[in-house]
Amino acid sequence: MSILTVKDIYKNFGRNEILKGISFDMQAGEVLSILGSSGSGKTTLLRCLNFLEKADAGQVYVDDALIFDAKTDKKMTARELRSKQLNFGLVFQNFNLFPQYTAMENVCLAPQLLARENPEYKTHHKEMIEKIREDAASLLERVGLSDKKDFYPSQLSGGQQQRVSIARALALAPKVLFFDEPTSALDPELTGEILNVIRSLAEKDMTMVIVTHEIEFAKNVSDTILFMDKGVVAEQGPAVELIENPKNERTRAFLQSFKR
Amino acid sequence: MSSAFWQFQTISFFNKTHSERWFLMDFAVISTVLSALTEGFMQTLKLFFITLLGALPLGLIISFGSMNRFAPLRYLCKTLVWIIRGTPLMLQLIIIFYIPGYLFEGGNPWPSGESGRFLAACTAFILNYACYFSEIYRGGIEGVPVGQQEAGQVLGLTKSQVFFKITLLQMIKRILPPISNEVITLVKDTSIARIISMQELIWAGYSFLKGSHGYSGLIWPLFFTGVYYLLFSGLLTILFGKLEKKLSYFK
Repeated sequence: MSILTVKDIYKNFGRNEILKGISFDMQAGEVLSILGSSGSGKTTLLRCLNFLEKADAGQVYVDDALIFDAKTDKKMTARELRSKQLNFGLVFQNFNLFPQYTAMENVCLAPQLLARENPEYKTHHKEMIEKIREDAASLLERVGLSDKKDFYPSQLSGGQQQRVSIARALALAPKVLFFDEPTSALDPELTGEILNVIRSLAEKDMTMVIVTHEIEFAKNVSDTILFMDKGVVAEQGPAVELIENPKNERTRAFLQSFKR
Repeated sequence: MSSAFWQFQTISFFNKTHSERWFLMDFAVISTVLSALTEGFMQTLKLFFITLLGALPLGLIISFGSMNRFAPLRYLCKTLVWIIRGTPLMLQLIIIFYIPGYLFEGGNPWPSGESGRFLAACTAFILNYACYFSEIYRGGIEGVPVGQQEAGQVLGLTKSQVFFKITLLQMIKRILPPISNEVITLVKDTSIARIISMQELIWAGYSFLKGSHGYSGLIWPLFFTGVYYLLFSGLLTILFGKLEKKLSYFK
């Protein structure tokens, strides 16, 4: 059984075709890295899968159940969209933490708002909120920030902010967690702390899709690598094999450019 | 000279010598003038607060309208803002007060007397300030990075939760300086209501020049109205400063 199946995703902006039929599937606990040069459509793919853009064609399945079909889902109600969205989590390149909330509040906000829709909320809201706060505290501990939970984003370094945003995405217990170039906005020294957090998640069998430019990291942490070029999957295979023995000409040229 | 003497004098400011002009202020005059000015100031305050109460939320509605995807609504709002910002408030006030009288068979639908003038003034001021506020709001909302809304959306927040829990406070922080500017302008703009003889502060001051409360030809009460405006706008400046400080905990 696949936890995530993506079939033939197409997306264009006006006449500009960004995605030209992307397909892949993932098993639970698998880590998939997506490599490719700028403009190859990696970020657009992630945005389509997280419903920030609507794909023009294609289907998405979670646990083999269809959750998105471009043909029929052009007009989803907001409620439907949200329930589908909650299958996934997304960590942004530039964190997008909410500046008016502390690290702790950033992590708690979405679970608290979601809990309000639970019919038991009226009678048990104290226990529910207590539980959400406990979970959030343990998530912040997991990303190594228990001492920073009452800090505002502006008081944290870039690496710390990105770790809060990872905790925030984890708080909703998504089935698949997506990372959109999570280290690209960080200094090289801070990159390591994020990669360590992602590595520790991989060890706990979190299913993840990581768009990244960190070739070595992708090779070490992921099971599969997918190389994208001009809106299509140029090559896909086991991580170590793809990096050490690329078969596609474009993949070879791309990897070569990093060695220089 | 006793104050009673001055009470029954109707003297002109202009045919007095320089030193005599200063003697036109004694305690009885001062207390009469102060109570009349305070009464006018109360009317000014009422107009001020009702305008804010109406224009702050109405401006938000207009700003949503001018950002709406539905083109006819967007153009309607933009046209309204263009007309209101493109013509003087004084003219709008005159039109809103007098035009209904031409349109309705039974005569002017505004209540008679001060209450009618006050209602017309409130209508004109709310409409006018709502349009200015709407543009400030639009700038404030568009200034919040789109990533904030996207982060809210992928966390499963509804559109209204995104607005009220994420965008709103960041927008308020951004718009506080221009809003405080507008609000302080409003304090002084209320004097424009005098054009339809609403009995606000300037009207009250001016009445002592025209003749009122047994006095005429007194010009200093008009000068003195400035003190009310200054004190009130000073108070507002302090208040907005405090608000800005309160929101300085995040960037």
